[in-house]
Amino acid sequence: MKRIALIGMPNAGKSTLFNRMSGASAKVANWPGVTVDLMSAKLLLAGDITEIVDLPGIYDLHGFSDDEQVVRHFLCKNPIDLVLIVANATQIDRQLTLALQLKALGLPAVLLLNMADEARKLGITIDTDQLGNELGYPTVLLSAKYGQGYSDAYHLIETELQKNRAVSTVTLEENFAIDQDVEKKLEHIIEHSVDLPIQTSHSLTQKLDRVLLHPWLGLPLFFGFMYLMFEAVYTLGAPLQDGVAWILDHLRELVLAPLLSFLPPLLNSFLLNGVYDGIATVASFVPVIILFFLFMAIIEDSGYLSRSAFLMDALMTKMGLDGRSFVMLLMGFGCNVPALMGTRTMRSRGLRLLTMLVIPFSLCSARLQVFVFMTTALFAPEQAPVVIFSLYVMTFVVVLLTSLLFKGQFNSNEPFALELPPYRFPTMRQMILRGWYEVRHFLHRATKFITIGVVLVWFLTNMPYGVEPASAASWSGWIGEFMSPVLSPAGINPELTIALIFGFVAKEIVIGALAVIYGVEGVALMQGIAQEIDWVQAYSFMLFTLIYTPCLSTIATIRAEAKSAWFTALSLIWPMALAWVVSTSFYQIARYLGY
Amino acid sequence: MNLTDIQTLSALKVGQSATVHALHVDSGFMYRLNAMGFRIGKPLELIRIAPFNGPFHIKLGNTEVMLRQQDAANIEVLM
Repeated sequence: MKRIALIGMPNAGKSTLFNRMSGASAKVANWPGVTVDLMSAKLLLAGDITEIVDLPGIYDLHGFSDDEQVVRHFLCKNPIDLVLIVANATQIDRQLTLALQLKALGLPAVLLLNMADEARKLGITIDTDQLGNELGYPTVLLSAKYGQGYSDAYHLIETELQKNRAVSTVTLEENFAIDQDVEKKLEHIIEHSVDLPIQTSHSLTQKLDRVLLHPWLGLPLFFGFMYLMFEAVYTLGAPLQDGVAWILDHLRELVLAPLLSFLPPLLNSFLLNGVYDGIATVASFVPVIILFFLFMAIIEDSGYLSRSAFLMDALMTKMGLDGRSFVMLLMGFGCNVPALMGTRTMRSRGLRLLTMLVIPFSLCSARLQVFVFMTTALFAPEQAPVVIFSLYVMTFVVVLLTSLLFKGQFNSNEPFALELPPYRFPTMRQMILRGWYEVRHFLHRATKFITIGVVLVWFLTNMPYGVEPASAASWSGWIGEFMSPVLSPAGINPELTIALIFGFVAKEIVIGALAVIYGVEGVALMQGIAQEIDWVQAYSFMLFTLIYTPCLSTIATIRAEAKSAWFTALSLIWPMALAWVVSTSFYQIARYLGY
Repeated sequence: MNLTDIQTLSALKVGQSATVHALHVDSGFMYRLNAMGFRIGKPLELIRIAPFNGPFHIKLGNTEVMLRQQDAANIEVLM
């Protein structure tokens, strides 16, 4: 098997090219350093099975960030048959350094000058033959996003791959002193093969930035857009969720129930009230999640995320964090796990740990499902989006509190510079891939955590044999009773307690568990909950769900990224304590005020 | 070249242009700045300053970056 590595600077469109080649979907984001896990795919290239590996976007092969180390280590440990250097053609005057550094290492490579469409619009002309000769690497222009030049690039890759020039390992150390040469060589090549207009500008980007980065308007506009997005996700998502719940409900009543009626009652209840109700309730929220990720994809790919780092940096600095931490918090709205991995671009350990401590407070899409469910059940349709937005605001309140408390422990004065890429709109293809990726991600989680979670909840609520399900005599009743001195001050009843316990595994299980505990799903479940608890309890429960111990995947990621047992323990204990304090205070104060 | 023409990047005013003269930063950050286009002799322009006296928005050729004022203080430019 042959191996190809994709190397490029952040924002060069490396992930887009990887997606085009593999047909799979690595995450595409217009934000430096997002591709943190090494994604790979196997392709048939020129008759050989070839593994293609997408390495993290880096600025420099000799830099000191974690990502740069990852790339160096990868090149030293894994034999490479061909490197695909992806460079942004509009920034060729600086992005060529990476190609020159690879050349100095003696690696076989081709140079793919991406974003040819943008370069042409900006009036940049590149003589690829001349450039290729000077550099010593075959060079082509292409647009990975729209596909122009892609087939030429593909053929070039196949031809180069057949030359069999694999370099077993690379000794990087001795080539460390080359940077001076690289700079001279760079200027020489650019002068001979590239015609750069003296003053180029992405005029649309400049016009947009004049408004979006306005000293006074910038921040209010940003939060306004966020609010509109959540409002849209709720307004468009709630009816979709209703529809899917209706379909799954009818499937149960008309098909599954008659089909399974011959089974003994306990097994029937296990399959229908346990497995089916649990998973169906969680599954009905998939449209909301897809919708949410479509909006997130647009914001991430647009380049607006790095702008938010620019707008928020001064405020985040006062909290001991920085603009990048803010972007990671926003990324965490999707899922906390990639956001935690995204902190690898930070070199200061203090800053990185403090950011990792606050990321789990980010209201992730799994928690969003719980909140959409609870608010739909207990609040009027016009109140619901405001209630959900208030929980997003709570994310930032809790982050503020935590970072101010802990910033003394995690000191940092790391200098940083961040690219502000031009605004771009993702293609339909990228958005569809992203939606599909989320469905796949859900199916993956459903088969692993969610099924196991709801099955366990069913056992707890139906055992010992013969008890009234979820009654005080059942195991879940015992646990709820046992925990009640702790959680009843927060207005959280024994049923909700069981749901919270399983939410530790994955937050989606919370609603699946409620379906199993109450023995109904869909609309009936919402009505059932509305009869059991009032809005004060529901909001207290949502606050607890937002803040308490992050899910298992998040904890595992924190453990792996921080490589510290005490820090992992802190990330477990602190949110737990804070959740209790916040929920209890809210509940007691609301009750005291007479609600 | 007149010595009075040299100042720190942090002293630049919005809309002003200058060329990079010297970078007084650690080698790790130097690599990053170089890769983003901060090289000796390169022209740059301060486009705007973020809210609450936040970071600079700087344009270098075809690249736009944000840079904190405290870090800009370590970069010398030639007016």
